[in-house]
Amino acid sequence: MKVALFVTCLADHYFAEAAADTVRLLRHLGCEVTFPDAQTCCGQPAYNAGMSREAARMAHHTMDVFADCEAVVLPSGSCATMVKRFYPRLAASNPAVQAAALADRTFELGEFIVRRLGVTRLGDGLAGRRVALHQGCHALRELRLETEPAALLEGAGAEVVPWAASDECCGFGGLFSVKMTDVSAAMADRKLDTLPRVDCVVSGDGGCILHLDGRSRIRGCGVKFVHLATALWRAVDEGVGDGMAERDHGGRHGRGNG
Amino acid sequence: MSARIGDYATRSREAIRNHPEVRTAVTGATVAFDEKRRRAYGEVDADLWRRWAEAVKNHLLTHLGDYLVEAEARLEANGAHVHWARGADEAREIVLELASRHSVRSVVKGKSMLTEEVELNPALERAGIEVYETDLGEYILQLLDEPPSHIVGPAIHKTLEQVQRLFADRLETDPGGDPDELARAARGVLRDAFINADMGITGGNFLVAETGTVALIENEGNIRLTTSLPRVHVALVGIEKLLPRMSDLAGFLQLTSRAATGQSIGCFVSLVQGPAAAPGDDGPEEVHVILVDNGRTDVLVHEHAWEALRCVRCGACLNTCPVYRQTGGHAYGWVYSGPIGSVLDPGLLGLHEAMPLPFASSLCGACFDACPVRIPIPELLLAWREEAQQQGLTPWKERAALAGLANVATRPPLYRLAGRVGTRLGAARAARKLPMLGDWSNDRSLPSPSPRTFRQLWREGIK
Repeated sequence: MKVALFVTCLADHYFAEAAADTVRLLRHLGCEVTFPDAQTCCGQPAYNAGMSREAARMAHHTMDVFADCEAVVLPSGSCATMVKRFYPRLAASNPAVQAAALADRTFELGEFIVRRLGVTRLGDGLAGRRVALHQGCHALRELRLETEPAALLEGAGAEVVPWAASDECCGFGGLFSVKMTDVSAAMADRKLDTLPRVDCVVSGDGGCILHLDGRSRIRGCGVKFVHLATALWRAVDEGVGDGMAERDHGGRHGRGNG
Repeated sequence: MSARIGDYATRSREAIRNHPEVRTAVTGATVAFDEKRRRAYGEVDADLWRRWAEAVKNHLLTHLGDYLVEAEARLEANGAHVHWARGADEAREIVLELASRHSVRSVVKGKSMLTEEVELNPALERAGIEVYETDLGEYILQLLDEPPSHIVGPAIHKTLEQVQRLFADRLETDPGGDPDELARAARGVLRDAFINADMGITGGNFLVAETGTVALIENEGNIRLTTSLPRVHVALVGIEKLLPRMSDLAGFLQLTSRAATGQSIGCFVSLVQGPAAAPGDDGPEEVHVILVDNGRTDVLVHEHAWEALRCVRCGACLNTCPVYRQTGGHAYGWVYSGPIGSVLDPGLLGLHEAMPLPFASSLCGACFDACPVRIPIPELLLAWREEAQQQGLTPWKERAALAGLANVATRPPLYRLAGRVGTRLGAARAARKLPMLGDWSNDRSLPSPSPRTFRQLWREGIK
């Protein structure tokens, strides 16, 4: 299958290795990966701020860029939700059809692997790892990916340790973390304070990781965060040298960087 | 309680930094409530119940005029008196006039957010009338002269130790008294208040149009006493609290209880049908129902916000909200707090007055999943945000930045250039000096960008 990667702003600049792992993973699963170069921002910052006209302009740009793609995969539950759930709300009459069609062909990475490809066993590269899963709000409550990420991690041999605040918002929320910075930080603290002892925290959203990791580091919590794409590629590619537990900060200092 | 929403950010910061016990108490209580609600939803086909309740309320709200007229006729046929209050001032005047007519010197109250909304207690006290809040949580707050911080658990921001100190000081209980002992002490005071009260004032969870029945759910028995012991019972009911038929009530009583406290039904359900049938029978001599608008018809005609009028005031959205849990309700600045407050207050008070509440949410969506009448709170928050942007109620720099983003993101070469410049050339460090991102970086370590962007990795070939 031909899959277009929609890398997203944060993954392009802050989680480049996780985005590369997404490509490796998709290729490993038999997909031909393309990267439409004209892609930009999905428009969610403007949409969440109530600037729907600006968001619609970005949506229409993105719809044009991915118009002819068989499937579009994003290493982000939040940006995938923007395309799948919010573009159809934004687009007016004729583009609405286009938006609905794109929404149907667009997937968050874990969603694509489980629901579209029907794969839950990627390899056993995570055997013996204790991981906590941060369920991103959009992936969980908009895309209803309630079981998919955990199934993939467990399928790779990881123990997904129960976490009381697993499904609670980390407090990022884009503009929210800037406008209501104290509440946002307190929300991250609740996540960190309830975190069980694990090798790392896995999340499918770079925004959540930047926020939680930033809070964790300023408090000296010493928690390691790994992007879902990187964790899943580890599941396949168990042979590569530096183990997941040794990488911190979302794989930004991970393999291929040194 | 007068609205003073504007400085939400300051109040939430103060609550988090200076009153950590509030966050501990509120998080503990709401997490427990939320777990009970989830369990109670799990015992039934909650999705079906919620869709049904949504449909009933939508029908009601689209035929509200007819049902209000029907309710008035049925209430009067039952012997109750019906009053219409357009605003808070009219609601207060009606109660004061009734109090004066009946020479009322002492009032007992059941818990009612609407009486908070119309600021009834201060008006009664100014008229020289003694007011006793008889819900235990409300009674605690009355002793402290604080407004409720939660729709259902008004004092959930208080710790046991704080109540122990308060009661030791005011009711001479043992400073280490357990909750039962504290409740007994409050009951001692309130028992006398019930016996001596000339008037009982309550809200109303529901008003059934078909039968003219005011329905009240509670767990302490204080509402039962408030509605039945004093000579006069006055119920203030928001016009959106109607239900078309008695058969609807059965579902709503159960669904509301499950959503609010995880109970299959409240310990006490009082159905007020009118005054005592004959002298000497149980019940008040007079029952008055005040139907209060106070901004609700404005909300009803709003393109989006009308959906918030389905609200049954169960507090489930507060309990599940990670934003509410950090600060409790007082930070929000008005009587309705949490997710529902953030969409209802702009409608009832006007958006300008309620800013920045539509932005006091990470849009995580937990509130919608909890809501028994499926109010799409995240969508309504976005609708208010859009109005706020259009009316220029947000910082111009924010609007300019997002407009700039749209301009850049629709021009791919410019976007690629801006991305490289933005993240590569130390912009993250410069961000510390920016007014908005400066705050962000005080509370979080700033991230460092990947050594090479994905675009670079892609061009070089990913192996």
